[in-house]
Amino acid sequence: MSVIEVKDLCYTYGINTPFEKKAVIDLNLSVNEGEVIGLIGHTGSGKSTFVQMLNGLIKPTSGKVFLNGEDIWEKPKEIRKIRFKVGMVFQYPEYQLFDETVYKDISFGPMNKGLGEKEIDETVRKAAKFVGLSDELLNQSPFDLSGGEKRRAAIAGVIAMDPDVLVLDEPTAGLDPMGRNLLLSQIMQYHRERKNTIIIVSHSMEDIAKIADRVMVINSGKLEMLDTPAKVFSEAERLEKMGLEVPQITKIMLALKEKGYEVSDGILTVEQAFLEVVNLLKKEGKI
Amino acid sequence: MIRDITLGQYVPGNGIVHKADPRVKIILLIAFITLIFCAFNFVSLAVIAAAVMIIILLSDVSLKLYFKSLKVIIVIILITSILNIFYGTGTPIWQFGILKITMSGIYRAVFVSVRIVLLILISSCLTFTTSPTDLTDALERLMKPLKVFHIKVHEIAMMMTIALRFVPTLLEETDKIMSAQKARGADMESGGLIKKVKAMTPVLIPLFVSAFRRAYDLAMAMECRCYQGGDGRTRMKSLHIKKSDVFCIIFAVVILTGVVLCDIFIAPII
Repeated sequence: MSVIEVKDLCYTYGINTPFEKKAVIDLNLSVNEGEVIGLIGHTGSGKSTFVQMLNGLIKPTSGKVFLNGEDIWEKPKEIRKIRFKVGMVFQYPEYQLFDETVYKDISFGPMNKGLGEKEIDETVRKAAKFVGLSDELLNQSPFDLSGGEKRRAAIAGVIAMDPDVLVLDEPTAGLDPMGRNLLLSQIMQYHRERKNTIIIVSHSMEDIAKIADRVMVINSGKLEMLDTPAKVFSEAERLEKMGLEVPQITKIMLALKEKGYEVSDGILTVEQAFLEVVNLLKKEGKI
Repeated sequence: MIRDITLGQYVPGNGIVHKADPRVKIILLIAFITLIFCAFNFVSLAVIAAAVMIIILLSDVSLKLYFKSLKVIIVIILITSILNIFYGTGTPIWQFGILKITMSGIYRAVFVSVRIVLLILISSCLTFTTSPTDLTDALERLMKPLKVFHIKVHEIAMMMTIALRFVPTLLEETDKIMSAQKARGADMESGGLIKKVKAMTPVLIPLFVSAFRRAYDLAMAMECRCYQGGDGRTRMKSLHIKKSDVFCIIFAVVILTGVVLCDIFIAPII
């Protein structure tokens, strides 16, 4: 069943001014429950505008967004309810931290949701555990944390609302490689336990290849591709025309194929590539 | 919502007023403002109004924008002119209790509202046609004589430039933080005044934090490029008085003398 369905979605900035710009054009999409969607696109392609329409932060110029089959703008006064169901982690979310302690900051979402004290405590601790924040950190000021910890605290603030759909806009931007991997694996761990739907925007093709069930490619506001990572990344040329990359290992394998070696398309990880090369060498009788 | 403010916004263009030397524009603005308050009869007021209209029409900025900037202050105009109507002296033409309307009161009201409108129009014209950097550059030059009194003119101008430069950045930042908090279910639209003010805390604190962070970063970047204040600093764009600026000055002087003459030879109304 589809959790989110998007129909003919359009958004235009600055309507009736000289600065009019179409950010999203006729976008159609259906996201299944429990799916991980990777969203890639060049800077300024309309990714951020698109994801902000999913939880009603931006009202589409035309077209509709359906959440569990219901139009989210049917009752504009109750749009706030949608935001608890579609959690949104912005780029550099650490800049939204504001409260005295990390604990209080994480509880901001659940409190707005109107949960009781006991429930809040439970969800806050659970969310903190998911992102790997220790109990001592919860009582510190968010401004005393390190960059990576701040990022975790901010993400926990959204996870604590227990959304059915979690949208993450470049959650790993600006983190060191270790931090990136750790954060990604924590998000995936959370996904496996909570079994919710995740839409993740990223510029790291490696990350997307690793975790996404389907990849959607947006170019100049239009949906260009929507398929499994293997299929999308096998079209390296087309992606490069849009100013996008494919994972490095995929590039190598595509280059091998071009040279006439019989390797399959859409190799996404080093492990897959390793097996593929071993098979090839075996076939040729070299090992 | 915050972006709709037109008062004091630069509109890039290529007209005569845009090209005029910013120093000349500032001095003429001051002259005009003084003049607006020196007009005591309808003829001199009309002369100034005509001059302001000519400048506005020459300014290569759409009249819509001027109307928009007037819209902001329409309440102020209404209140002051209504108050002035009742403050006239002389024989009342209408009376109700202590409230009375006289001819001089009506004249006063007209004068005050025309003056405010002209004031806004002419100063909007300056900010519409002069980029903030040009403006502070010109101010720095004009305030140079104050150095005698050990006033750090360059530093003041630099502070102004930086402040103006960061207005749009901070607006953008505010938008972003508001969206982020709304995504966490913050309710900023409903409730009374106190509730609304309280709801701003989650926006204001991150905004202040980031403003301070930006200030530190900027200070660091400036120091890295060996910025050390105004002493011995040369400019990339130096200002020169051109022929067209001379014409501007002549135009202003003609208007000035015109108004002064009108004031001398025609009896004052207020």
